Amino acid sequence: MASRIGTLRPPVGAALTAALLGAMTLGTVAVVVAYAGAAMPGVADWAAVRFTVAQAALSAVISGLLAVPVARALARRRFAGRGALITLMGAPFLLPVIVAVLGLLAIFGRAGVMNDGLAALGLPRLSIYGLHGVVMAHVFLNLPLATRMLLLGWQAIPAERFRLAQSLDLTPGAQFRHLEWPMLRATLPGAMLTVFTICLASFAVALTLGGGPGATTVELAIYQALRFDFAPERAATLAVLQFVLCLTALGLGWSLIRDTGFGTGLGRRVEMPAPGGWRKGMDVAAIVLAAGFLMLPLGALVIRGLGGMGDLPGGMWAATLRSVLVALATTVLVTGAALVLALAAGRRAAGHRLFDAAATLPLAASSLVIGTGLFLALRGVASPSTLALPVTIAVNATLALPYAYRLLLPEARALHQGHDRLAQSLGLTRGARFRLVTLPCLARPLGFGAGITAALSMGDLGVITLFAAENNATLPLFIHGLMGSYRMEAAAATALILMGISFALFALFDWIGRHAAA
Amino acid sequence: MHGILSISDHPSHLERNMKTSILALGLATVATMATAQDKPVLTVLTYDSFTAEWGPGPAVEQAFEATCACDLQFVAAGDGAALLARIQMEGAASDADVVLGLDTNLTAAAAATGLFAPHGQGWKNALPVAFDDPVFLPYDWGWFAFVHDKAKLPAPPKSFEELAASDVKIIIQDPRSSTPGLGLLMWVKAAYGDRAGEIWEGLADNIVTVTPGWSEAYGLFLEGEADMVLSYTTSPAYHLIAEEDAGKAAAPFSEGHYLQVEGAGKLAATDQPALADAFLAFMGTEAFQAVIPTTNWMYPAVTPAAGLPAGFETLITPETSLLLSADEALAAREGALAEWQAALAR
Repeated sequence: MASRIGTLRPPVGAALTAALLGAMTLGTVAVVVAYAGAAMPGVADWAAVRFTVAQAALSAVISGLLAVPVARALARRRFAGRGALITLMGAPFLLPVIVAVLGLLAIFGRAGVMNDGLAALGLPRLSIYGLHGVVMAHVFLNLPLATRMLLLGWQAIPAERFRLAQSLDLTPGAQFRHLEWPMLRATLPGAMLTVFTICLASFAVALTLGGGPGATTVELAIYQALRFDFAPERAATLAVLQFVLCLTALGLGWSLIRDTGFGTGLGRRVEMPAPGGWRKGMDVAAIVLAAGFLMLPLGALVIRGLGGMGDLPGGMWAATLRSVLVALATTVLVTGAALVLALAAGRRAAGHRLFDAAATLPLAASSLVIGTGLFLALRGVASPSTLALPVTIAVNATLALPYAYRLLLPEARALHQGHDRLAQSLGLTRGARFRLVTLPCLARPLGFGAGITAALSMGDLGVITLFAAENNATLPLFIHGLMGSYRMEAAAATALILMGISFALFALFDWIGRHAAA
Repeated sequence: MHGILSISDHPSHLERNMKTSILALGLATVATMATAQDKPVLTVLTYDSFTAEWGPGPAVEQAFEATCACDLQFVAAGDGAALLARIQMEGAASDADVVLGLDTNLTAAAAATGLFAPHGQGWKNALPVAFDDPVFLPYDWGWFAFVHDKAKLPAPPKSFEELAASDVKIIIQDPRSSTPGLGLLMWVKAAYGDRAGEIWEGLADNIVTVTPGWSEAYGLFLEGEADMVLSYTTSPAYHLIAEEDAGKAAAPFSEGHYLQVEGAGKLAATDQPALADAFLAFMGTEAFQAVIPTTNWMYPAVTPAAGLPAGFETLITPETSLLLSADEALAAREGALAEWQAALAR
């Protein structure tokens, strides 16, 4: 029966895609392990490990704890602009890190607004370089993510529980103990661990705000081992350390996901009780402070950047074009690969567990670890600068794939369950089925995933630093160069352009997806 | 910028075929081929500040191109020490023909890579120390020093120990990527030997930040991020001559000052050996050396006919010059780096 064959056809495309992902992740790790034997970690390497874990832990705990009052306030208050604020909380995930750093420098940097204020008051200026700067940037980038995760937790508490609490006349304190605290105990560790994992692989923040051996992450140490010392064996040793760190965090994450045990409600939207008095004041303060912390740096960057728009640095448009091409190529690769894998996993094709694992592996990978592996494997094949853009595309695609895949998977499962039999009974050819059923049904997550991929790739400042020369810098690397020569106005103006293109690419792909949706 | 037939672009068969045909067809044909964009390109890899608008790059490029019928392209790749890593990373595939900006603390390591070819030049330098290296040719020199603003810091520390005991804030460069950063490491090592680690531990809380290169550090200093910056005894001349600002000074240290000799070398894999040789010869001429004091703000390797520019006589002259030989520096580097990292990682 032709239709049976259609279901059972071997997933060749998915197998190839999974093999490529395996090569990019496990393959590159195998290469660094092979080289790492030659150099044992030294004092400085362990210092980098300690700093990496310490800054990630601090960033995670601070982001998580600050997110509690903000998410709680957002969950129980209704005000004009609430929806916009929650949407805005999704933006830092797509914001190029270098743009965030420039924004923070505009407020907290030596020549920033805050230090000018301190100086005006006769107080000493504060330096943003070092541990506190790195942690501040990470909190800026991850507080919104943690807030959104906790907000989901609050919204998942069934409305019936709050009504029960009200009918029992529970005080806000008792309500917190009985309803909100169990939810937090279940969701907060996950949120913190997510932030911790993201910060473990931090490179661009440490590159721009880290200050010397006291503030070097393992990712930054890998970069320094290759670009400063040219010690490939040490870079390999550090890459192994980084991989072990990320894998451990990912393993912890797997075991930490717990059930809240609330049971389900009827899904009715009953407003959470919103106590007045000082509690209202605290909620207002939490929202105002969080919104200020997130928006002021970007506002300051916009003001500084607009001032520099009249004098855009030479070479900027070439770097922009390179970055856009890298982002588009990455998006095509990721969209195709995620679709192939999700469809195969969705119809439980032979080997679907392997495909799922292959699509999850990149979460334990990092830009500089893959980069080091590729550099060692491709040494002597071509000069690093020739490889810079292809390698950047490949690494960006690998790192963005898990997000695009996770977005598609539930829809691909539903598609298989909902439409497969109908499509078979109609005797649709594979091409017609793909065009008429698969694409329209998956258009929305495809577009959203493509948008995220394009924005992440556009703003990436990672592996490109290992390979690029002056004539093939991407836009984020170009901005880093401007910062290095203290052309801060030009850097701010260019950062505005980068931010605009990143968000525009996201919006474009998301729009295409929504309009093509069935 | 690279035409289809640009020689430097094609170190492959095309180029070899082209060279054969050039020989066969004779020089007359070359002359007709050598239109503006087909000029051979000499690529010189150097540090950032050399190619800056106010640096020696533009003047040197103009002067050399007037003599070479070539296109001299400077490629800035961070600070001096990162240049060596860059060349090692690219290996024989590098587009660079000449590397300009390595100092005596790196020349032994650089020569050991086997990527450089002997320069074969005969011109004599006028350095304060004997310098006769078969691979690297010196083009300028200077003493490292901490530079400060006389108004903001009227009584600067007079030694490393005084500096460590003070709360004066300094900005230094990473010794792995920057030649001044590495020079400071060697300075402390040459002055204190086995006590170097202890000195670094004392200095750790004076250091605001460690930058990858000199340009970043000096930029931060001028922005007011620190009281002193690691630079050269000659840096105040820039402010005096170019900005008519006599407010900057280099602090004399009682331990003596470490000497830096900056040099250039030809890559063995260059596809422009004749042009590279011509450039290294040009380095010893008046046209190159005369622009060094007021663009690179260093002492020229060959004193220009007119002497040093007015203003240089105001600079401090250290009583003691410290300098490890190239081999000593190579031997000391790893241990000194580990001491530095250990002290600053706390």
